[in-house]
Amino acid sequence: MTSFTRRIALTAVAAAALASLPAFAAEKVNLGVSIPAATHSFMGGINYWANQAKKDLEKEHKDLKITIKTAANAPEQANQLQDLSTVTKINALVVFPFESAALTKPVAQVKAKGAYVTVVDRGLTDTSAQDAYVAGDNTAFGRIPAEYIAKQLGGKGNVVALRGIATTLDNERMDAFNAVLKNYPDIKLLDAKYANWNRDDAFKVTQDYLTRFKNIDAIWAADDDMAVGVLKAIEQAKRDDIKIIFGGAGAKGMVKTIMDGKDKRIGADVSYSPKFIYDAIKLTAEARLKGEKLPATTIIPSVLITKENAKDFYHPNSPF
Amino acid sequence: MPPEPQTSTPQPEAAQHRSESKPRWTERLHGLGPVIGLVLLCIGGTLLNSDFATVDNAMNVLTRTAFIGIIAVGMCFVIISGGIDLSVGSMAALIAGSVIMFINWAGPASGSPLMAVVMGAVLAVVLGALFGLAHGLLITKGRIEPFIVTLGTLGIFRAYLTYFADGGALTLDNDLSDLYAPVYYASLAGIPVPVWVFVIVAIIGGVILNRTAYGRYVQAIGSNEQVARYAAVDVDRVKILTYVLLGVCVGIATLLYVPRLGSASPTTGLLWELEAIAAVIVGGTALKGGAGSITGTVVGAILLSVISNILNLTSIISVYLNAAVQGFVIIIVAFLQRGRR
Repeated sequence: MTSFTRRIALTAVAAAALASLPAFAAEKVNLGVSIPAATHSFMGGINYWANQAKKDLEKEHKDLKITIKTAANAPEQANQLQDLSTVTKINALVVFPFESAALTKPVAQVKAKGAYVTVVDRGLTDTSAQDAYVAGDNTAFGRIPAEYIAKQLGGKGNVVALRGIATTLDNERMDAFNAVLKNYPDIKLLDAKYANWNRDDAFKVTQDYLTRFKNIDAIWAADDDMAVGVLKAIEQAKRDDIKIIFGGAGAKGMVKTIMDGKDKRIGADVSYSPKFIYDAIKLTAEARLKGEKLPATTIIPSVLITKENAKDFYHPNSPF
Repeated sequence: MPPEPQTSTPQPEAAQHRSESKPRWTERLHGLGPVIGLVLLCIGGTLLNSDFATVDNAMNVLTRTAFIGIIAVGMCFVIISGGIDLSVGSMAALIAGSVIMFINWAGPASGSPLMAVVMGAVLAVVLGALFGLAHGLLITKGRIEPFIVTLGTLGIFRAYLTYFADGGALTLDNDLSDLYAPVYYASLAGIPVPVWVFVIVAIIGGVILNRTAYGRYVQAIGSNEQVARYAAVDVDRVKILTYVLLGVCVGIATLLYVPRLGSASPTTGLLWELEAIAAVIVGGTALKGGAGSITGTVVGAILLSVISNILNLTSIISVYLNAAVQGFVIIIVAFLQRGRR
């Protein structure tokens, strides 16, 4: 009991020292990265960019060691966090939590042992368990396509939308999309159905949209993977009324199409790149090497990708 | 007094008649459960949206059903023999990925794109058969429960696809994809190719199950494996063959699937195993094996895709409840054909 309280006191002192004394923290950074396994294209991108960050940053800073762990589910991620803390003895952590609620306690434990914690993409339910939060901009992810579609259609037309999986993230995007369309009373959102960020489901949902609605001006596919299914379904139905197809996230195939101007229906995309894990690792590592802190919240902005800036978003080696 | 016997004599006769005809009527209803469910759904769909009853929509639905339907025909044999296969979705994904990699490699390497596509299609069936054979051997010779073997391969197959795809998607090269596309998108006599293949596979499946000695062995093993063994049925061989047959069905489904999107990703074929098993069971086959029907399986598979089609064609129900509607319909159809187990 006494030794336990003493340990807590010691970690508190250590943590305070880490935060207040730059010279002390600048010694060596042992950074742990905990991310979900590559179960779909986007997570494939996350894995690619995490490894890229390890390669680039370890070459640049010899005082930096990065350990990457990938987990297939939330309990496995919790175990890996424990290992990172007790076996690898990390003093900084970048974590992309599987779920907000389930991972809050395990992350809090890592922080209690003195590590500096940066949470990526999905916020924890108790923000005191994190030092910094880095995320993509889901509101812009919905707002930008709505603005683009409204402008291209001249404020008038029929739109259908696809949704991902029922999550807060998906709701934020959809709400932002609807909020913009409210300003355009002549644009009608005919329906928005879930297609699970999955190409096959998007194909089926689009087929049924095409059967049901004889006149569609724009489709918000809301994801570049889903846009693949949308395009195939339109091709099969031989429909030429659809003027705009808007994906999302900036997958390399889609960015290439925009860059080359290959399909006049695909003129733009919105960025939500898995590269933000790279940015989060870089920001955390470099701040800790200097003994500095990150701002409490860093939002990596989602921007409109068009032909002009497409080459900045084209990463041919990334799986996404 | 005299009228009394007159009224009393027809009474037992009527009662006897009723008791004789009633079970026959309900029994027939049980067999027709899925068909009645499907007909009711179609009527409902037409009332909700007149576009439902168009030929184009019917063809869309049937073409979509083809993958699950073909797999379900194979699954029907495995389930009737008392087995189960949870890996079919992952298997389809891995076969799709392998075929895409093979065609992309063989196209330029062999100099004949057409040859590459044909060989890719053959490879799909061969891989399916090999995977099925591996399952069969592990289950019979290795004496491991089919649930465990296929739960294991469910993870293995999908993990290898994810590894090959580097977590992203494997995509067929453009001109090869155009060459392969007709296999999914073309029609013969107004009916899409996948629907023809589905019909042919179902007919062959029905003939094997009901008209051959092999089909009877499968049913015998499912109802009582010990008795079948005493009756000198080569149980192991018959069982291995059911898994090979299912593997071939998965291969055929995959060779039709690849040209649709020309790509395979770690989400390809997700939960197909549950859809295929549900189609078989909704179609009236007992999960514990012994008896079942291919016709029921085909109707079951169509029924499942009609539900989601109708939900997509209307917006009377909150999208959050779509999965619940599917669940209710499945349970109601199962209720209509209860008592047949």
